[in-house]
Amino acid sequence: MQRRIIVRGARILDPSQDLDEKRCLVMEGGRIVALPRRPPRARTATEVDARGLWLMPGFVDLHVHLREPGHEHKETIETGARAAVEGGFTTIVAMPNTSPPNDCRAVTELVLERARRAKLARVLPAGSITRGLEGKELSDMGELRDAGCVLFTDDGRPVMDSGLMRRALEYSSGLGALLMSHSEDVSLSKNGSMHEGEVSTRLGLRGIPATAEDVMVMRDVALAEEVEAPLHIGHVSTARSVHTIREARRRGALITCECTPHHFSLTEEACSSYDTACKMMPPLRPEADRRAIVAGMRDGTIQAIATDHAPHSLVEKDLEFDRAANGVVGLETAFSLTFKLVDEGVLPLFRAVELLTSGPAKVLGLEAGTLREGSLADIVLVDPTAHWTVDPKTFSSKGRNTPFTGWRLPGRILSTWVSGKTVFDRKEKTRSAKGRA
Amino acid sequence: MVRSKSRRKLASQDRRGGSEPPGDDLSKLGDPRHLLGLDGMRRAEIEEILDSAFAFKEVLDRPIKKVPTLRGKMVINLFFEPSTRTRTSFEIAGKLLSADVINFSASASALEKGETLLDTALNLQAMRPDVLVVRSASSGVPHMLARRLECAIVSAGDGWHEHPTQALLDAMSLRERWGSLDGRTVAIVGDIARSRVAGSNIRCLTSLGARVRVCGPRTMIPRNVESLGKVTIHHRIAEALEAADAVMMLRIQKERSSEPIYPSDREYSRLFGLNTMNVELLEKDALILHPGPMNRGIEIEPAVADGPRSIILDQVENGVALRMAVLCRAARSVGASLEAPA
Repeated sequence: MQRRIIVRGARILDPSQDLDEKRCLVMEGGRIVALPRRPPRARTATEVDARGLWLMPGFVDLHVHLREPGHEHKETIETGARAAVEGGFTTIVAMPNTSPPNDCRAVTELVLERARRAKLARVLPAGSITRGLEGKELSDMGELRDAGCVLFTDDGRPVMDSGLMRRALEYSSGLGALLMSHSEDVSLSKNGSMHEGEVSTRLGLRGIPATAEDVMVMRDVALAEEVEAPLHIGHVSTARSVHTIREARRRGALITCECTPHHFSLTEEACSSYDTACKMMPPLRPEADRRAIVAGMRDGTIQAIATDHAPHSLVEKDLEFDRAANGVVGLETAFSLTFKLVDEGVLPLFRAVELLTSGPAKVLGLEAGTLREGSLADIVLVDPTAHWTVDPKTFSSKGRNTPFTGWRLPGRILSTWVSGKTVFDRKEKTRSAKGRA
Repeated sequence: MVRSKSRRKLASQDRRGGSEPPGDDLSKLGDPRHLLGLDGMRRAEIEEILDSAFAFKEVLDRPIKKVPTLRGKMVINLFFEPSTRTRTSFEIAGKLLSADVINFSASASALEKGETLLDTALNLQAMRPDVLVVRSASSGVPHMLARRLECAIVSAGDGWHEHPTQALLDAMSLRERWGSLDGRTVAIVGDIARSRVAGSNIRCLTSLGARVRVCGPRTMIPRNVESLGKVTIHHRIAEALEAADAVMMLRIQKERSSEPIYPSDREYSRLFGLNTMNVELLEKDALILHPGPMNRGIEIEPAVADGPRSIILDQVENGVALRMAVLCRAARSVGASLEAPA
């Protein structure tokens, strides 16, 4: 039996039980056992003095690329899971576009086994919708689900064949499994390297029109509504997608969606110096789209913040803009970028926490993102007054491809617990960094 | 060049973190030796280059075509895309200035062995050139090299973005005939969206006070074309030519026509070609330009291309003088004399 830990003096923020007040948190045996108003007598417990700090459920990220198996030079399950807990994420969903892709039990089991050995964040595998991510025939979703896949997606590629997408929605909903769409019409986005608009014209870069996303979100919503299947839409980036999803939800469609920190923090202007750290799919959009994303986060159209953490090495990024790989890392900056919106007064704090915790947990129906008594002790402790400067050299992720280098951000993750075990402690990291220097 | 506003914004943040490969420095983009593009370049600076080019033009008429201005300087022509005219023009310009000019055509070398563009450029830099003239099919390559290398970078065309020396030599050819571009109307006809020549010309001509009309089927006009400069948009060639002082016909890029931008050469030629009929819509003394190479019979009828109004060969001649001016400007911070020969 694990020792009892008491965290005292912190402000507890837990949207899953509408809780925002100063309380103590007691964990034991990997679970939260009590949230008393007064500190219980310590006796044999370890105490954590958290006065002035905030305690929240560990964050849940529905969308990360851990690259293992196949691309271990970019990231491994261990380095990715370490980056996750440093960023406050205790549960992450690993995308299937590895090499080989996660379209069979063997790969699912490998991901779970590597994650178990890393003993950091909970890693939940996502399986592919189609075999080999080729968009031709369905994967064995039932077997994948039984092996531990919590979500199905061909992320990185759309399922272009509408008939196949419809079958996939029908089949997966019958299994009780959730599909996530990567909404991109490749006949519109083909060969493009940034959003089509003023900046792409100025830079002479081939554009990706907003409609490449819009028409696929509309298609996927229509298909999901027709076959009455739930559907989660990945990395929403345009105003029209947000509008389409808002209307569909109003009609009662089972549509959920997520947005990324880079899409709510940056616009197409960031590409102005041909910095390949600003190249990703979907691309950075104009300010009006960014605002629509923030509005969607506020009004509940968007349920989750997901990083789409996509580590690459310099080999894939230190190239001509149109030849560089798509993707940015996000796990270690997501919380502070979200908190920045709170700081700026455009997103209420409680809503921000919800988007990182119970929001995404509910999308998947997970027992996570909550501090209710009896639930798993996945917890994050944050210093809301601290500021820090993004320096990719200090990242735990192998990926250094962030567009936020040099940004000064509010809010710092101090400690992260998974099942009551400390998986990250900022003080130790600082100490060991000093030791090395 | 990056717009000054965004450059300031980005430069104000410390971006030299671990994600940035060694030697990368955004502030290097502002180095006055470079000619990365004409975006954001002040009119006075453009005029200065043109003045210097006119002074150099006289060298072409000398019995002994050589001045010592860049003696001891090394210029490397680094071309990642095939080109004859531009490369030859830069080569002659360098030689007339007594620079040592080396041609490096990357299609026939390391890139085919899998070396990255940046590695190729870093290797060449190690041979200590003063100026690197670069042509690439990817937009932004001159900027990428300027951020990473120490030598002066001159763009000889990047992707769909800019072809600054072409626009400058076009402006030179017009100024030669007109004295000034102020208030003149210039029509640019063709695939504006995929043309680096148009990208630089819109910026250059509007900056020099000309009124610019762009013309082509809607599939050839980029979204937000006005972000390049103040232009009017026309989808009928008659409208664009009406009383214009000059027309610049862009080449139909047959090698890039994997996408359906227009139905057929025949249709394009009928709707947007310059011919002996519609040429009469121009001002009486109007000038006809083409950056070359021409597709005779598609965007321009041979009789028009070879007609009295055509200054297509003047453009080529001025190209050499203009590139002499640009190479001198690029080499100036490393000690060369700025002055044109007496």
